[in-house]
Amino acid sequence: MSDTNLLTVTAAETARLIRDGEVSAAECLDVWLERTAADDLNGYLWKADREAAVKGVDGSAGGPVAGVPVAIKDIFVTEGVPTTAASKILEGYRPPYSATAVTKLAEAGMPMLGKTNMDEFAMGSSNENSAYGPALNPWDRARVPGGSSGGSAAVVAGGLAPWALGTDTGGSIRQPAALCGIVGLKPTYGSISRYGMIAFASSLDQCGPLTQDVTDAALLLAQLEGKDEMDSTSTGIDGGIEPPSAENLEGLTFGIPSDLIGDGVDPGVKAVFDRTVSRIEQLGGKVVEIDLPHAGHGISAYYVLAPAEASTNLSRYDGVRYGIRDSDADLTSMYEVTRGDGFGPEVKRRIMLGTYALSSGYYDAYYGRAQRVRTMIVRDFDAAFSKVDFVITPTSPSVAFGLGEKTTDPLTMYLNDLFTVPMSLAGIPAISIPAGMAAPEGGGPDMPVGFQIAAPAFGEQKLLEASLALETAIGFDRSGGRVA
Amino acid sequence: MIEREQVLHVAKLSRLKLSDEEVGRLEGELSSILDHVDRLAEIDIEGVEPTSHVVPLENVLRDDVPRPSLDREVALDQAPDPYNGAFRVPSPQAEG
Repeated sequence: MSDTNLLTVTAAETARLIRDGEVSAAECLDVWLERTAADDLNGYLWKADREAAVKGVDGSAGGPVAGVPVAIKDIFVTEGVPTTAASKILEGYRPPYSATAVTKLAEAGMPMLGKTNMDEFAMGSSNENSAYGPALNPWDRARVPGGSSGGSAAVVAGGLAPWALGTDTGGSIRQPAALCGIVGLKPTYGSISRYGMIAFASSLDQCGPLTQDVTDAALLLAQLEGKDEMDSTSTGIDGGIEPPSAENLEGLTFGIPSDLIGDGVDPGVKAVFDRTVSRIEQLGGKVVEIDLPHAGHGISAYYVLAPAEASTNLSRYDGVRYGIRDSDADLTSMYEVTRGDGFGPEVKRRIMLGTYALSSGYYDAYYGRAQRVRTMIVRDFDAAFSKVDFVITPTSPSVAFGLGEKTTDPLTMYLNDLFTVPMSLAGIPAISIPAGMAAPEGGGPDMPVGFQIAAPAFGEQKLLEASLALETAIGFDRSGGRVA
Repeated sequence: MIEREQVLHVAKLSRLKLSDEEVGRLEGELSSILDHVDRLAEIDIEGVEPTSHVVPLENVLRDDVPRPSLDREVALDQAPDPYNGAFRVPSPQAEG
């Protein structure tokens, strides 16, 4: 076995070590299983043993990711393996099939390390809505890892998985990646199959990678993208994804939506953002101001559309076919008690909000109007991309906040998604890369800051190229997040 | 503003049993969220088409060929109360 510490190298490097015979896939898996067993971040809701990790995995696969284990957000159904979406209502549920994304990774020869913690049904920005307690931020355990893919971000940043699968509806890959100092990519809506991904808001939900660096994100996306006959909205990415290699940003234009960013950003985050903009210019990129006049209404539109879709998607949890059942009184009481007991406060809040927005007399004022504002946000981006190659913002207005700091007021929590929601509404790809460190407002050790880059639909390859050039210039040191 | 009666009505539509405390809290929370959302009313949406799907898609048709689906036992395996090859539920009629 090689002397390389597998826990500190990227997934791409691990794949190379396995290909070159410096370490066997079995040895690699053992190293990681020992590591996940010691998870003290509450990052995993379920951990695989050796047998479960390789079940269904093609051991003869010899492709670019063969033998590299992966952590899977608990929102993906996995055959015979507990799948709860961090909800009590699915406690004990073992699905009869696996999500396409999960199957594809198994066929590519990737063992599964476990199912990662998340906000219940992917609703939240701090992981505090998990029915099984929050995952902790490995940089400072008194702080949140972000959400909803908080467990996936925490285990990758903490060195408890080489890489992880997450989902992003309004920022749920990018924001936790930013708060944990790793890379998170939300691909174009439809580029990866949603089959077997427990639905939250179907017109927005998208699967994507959380990784140590940009090269790993490209590698994982290349495995995941593709049309799937089980998801009629899936398209794949024409031409696939190649490993990025760009060293500069010559000839590329980056647009800053100054109105959207406004004054609502913590000074430390703003300083890192400004520094990163200078780096873009040093690399030969051009930076201009752009206008996204309706993006500031993104949060309002999103918090109508996403809850409305959620209220219908979550009607399936009714105590009949799977999950828990509470009460055996009459049928209606059974539904009401099961759902009242099984869903947590945030999920109930969104079901209520969505049901209200869709109810008779309010549909046009809320849902219909929000869908039209969504059109205007799509047009804003279309107009911007006629002038620039990319749109850039901080990923999140602040660094990771303290556990319990924002749980009293739901609206404060929602405003965390200010910079990530507009891209979700437009369905375009966006990545968060770690850009530096900043002191939290209110004190505490420095925490990672994410930098968001968004591209036109299906512009993933170009986005990854630019991200790689920038990442190399930044040279972010992620070792501070690694759990000892 | 959302009144208590509206919260109770929406909870009924949502098939959610809420405690008194939850109803009280949701009154305030939903009101403050909707206040924020109401800013959408400031935007002129005259003549703008709604977006329900962002990526242009064409309808895809295939032959309707029967093929195996989940086995009945597998489909029932996770049910809280499987009975005689079916999902059993309580009576729709309240007893008594």
